[in-house]
Amino acid sequence: MSYTKKVIDHYENPRNVGSLNKNASNVGTGLVGAPECGDVMKLQIEIDSETQMIRDAKFKTFGCGSAIASSSLATEWIKGKTIDQALEIRNTDIVQELSLPPIKIHCSVLAEDAIKAAISDYLKKNEAKTA
Amino acid sequence: MKFPIYLDYQATTPVDPEVLKSMLPYFSDVFGNAASRNHEFGWTAESAVELARKQIAKLIGASEREIIFTSGATESNNLAIAGVAEMYQEKGKHLITTSIEHKAVLDTCHSLEKKGFEITFLPVNHYGQVDPEAVRRAMTPQTVLVSTIWANNEIGTLNPIHEIAQLCKEKNVLFHTDAVQAAGKVPIQVESMGIDLLSITAHKIYGPKGVGALYVRRKNPRVRLSPFIHGGGHERGMRSGTLNVPGIVGFGKAAELAQKLMSEETVRIKKLRDQLWNGIQSQLDEVYLNGHPIERLPNNLNVSFAYVEGESLMMGMKELAVSSGSACTSASLEPSYVLKGIGVGDDLAHTSIRFGLGRFTTQEEIDFALQKVVETVKKLRDLSPLYEMHKEGIDLKSVSWAAH
Repeated sequence: MSYTKKVIDHYENPRNVGSLNKNASNVGTGLVGAPECGDVMKLQIEIDSETQMIRDAKFKTFGCGSAIASSSLATEWIKGKTIDQALEIRNTDIVQELSLPPIKIHCSVLAEDAIKAAISDYLKKNEAKTA
Repeated sequence: MKFPIYLDYQATTPVDPEVLKSMLPYFSDVFGNAASRNHEFGWTAESAVELARKQIAKLIGASEREIIFTSGATESNNLAIAGVAEMYQEKGKHLITTSIEHKAVLDTCHSLEKKGFEITFLPVNHYGQVDPEAVRRAMTPQTVLVSTIWANNEIGTLNPIHEIAQLCKEKNVLFHTDAVQAAGKVPIQVESMGIDLLSITAHKIYGPKGVGALYVRRKNPRVRLSPFIHGGGHERGMRSGTLNVPGIVGFGKAAELAQKLMSEETVRIKKLRDQLWNGIQSQLDEVYLNGHPIERLPNNLNVSFAYVEGESLMMGMKELAVSSGSACTSASLEPSYVLKGIGVGDDLAHTSIRFGLGRFTTQEEIDFALQKVVETVKKLRDLSPLYEMHKEGIDLKSVSWAAH
């Protein structure tokens, strides 16, 4: 399997690697995938409760180069976006940006799922406040 | 040091310079057809083939008249299994093999199943060895052939071939072994061990690709095969087709070298392999050896680096040419069936790397490889949510993952 330059760049210099405090009320955590399937992504977002803006995003990924690149790219894209804007990101945008081959499309799907899971975790935590 | 460093000797090996030299005349000056009985060109080619036959026979303890040349071990395995099944179907239609054979064996067996044969695929223990007693229990009066791999290509585990061969003798059942990885690494004596059929190939022992051989016992018992390539009746009628003279000459030379170098090569390569494994174990936690710790090929190391996916690991150590049992590296998206067969969970199968050392592997290369592996695993574990969870004391088995 040969990789595109963008995938290699994200793999070699992953953006926003790390963890946020998962217990903080303004942090949403998404953990998607399964070790048995060969990829697991953890994507976390820190939300500015005033503006609903994603102030920070971090990820850690177990998976192939394309999975790492997809999640790295996802954190890059959602930082500075509002929750609603982040929810508009589609896996196909990631496929296009990274020129992923068909066999790697599931990596982009997982990244989209991770964004959604992180947002849904944040919203669940803050249900009382947003309701 | 030249990059990338080749550590995939179970996949294939480079042609030894001496082998190449031996082959060259047979492409040009000595180009005759070994089957041309009426002139000098044919005679020279034939005598070169006969020398190679002797050299190969010597490596496995056979007589040269028992060597059938083929296009490679896939053909040898097909010919042995399908050839015996068809020839002896009046006697019975049951064959026994194991779950972790090479695909050339497994797929041949599956195709026989479709033709009405019954195949028993025996499980192996967690090292990858088949229990001879299980072979005995699986035998029925209909059993005509047992086929087990000598040394597994992924995990390097050696099967108790001698015991299985003896058992087959006792029960009057033919025994075939795929010895592609074992040849030139462990001593092989088909005659005294009681092996009836044995597959080997040139390109795993520093010979050229596209040429292999099948050993077919000639007496006690005389094994007969139904050929599937028909034509001029070459190779005792078992495999028609003009012989690949340069390839066969190279195969012979490679066999001769393998025999000459085996004992010292084994010691040298095993030492490097052990250094690599000891280094990995001492510098990294959560690493697991796949296969048998002792009864394995001297040049094979297969390790699961927990919490780090194999393909991304290989991507991070692009200076090393290795292979992985991870699904992401296969077209099927399924992790290695061999690792599954020895009870390695899919989670760990995805993290496995096979290192194959060989004749041209140097100390310097292994030192570099060790450092590169350790560095890359550490880097990727910093990136791994699973390693983080493991460090936090979370039992990953207790998490309800959403399989996708």
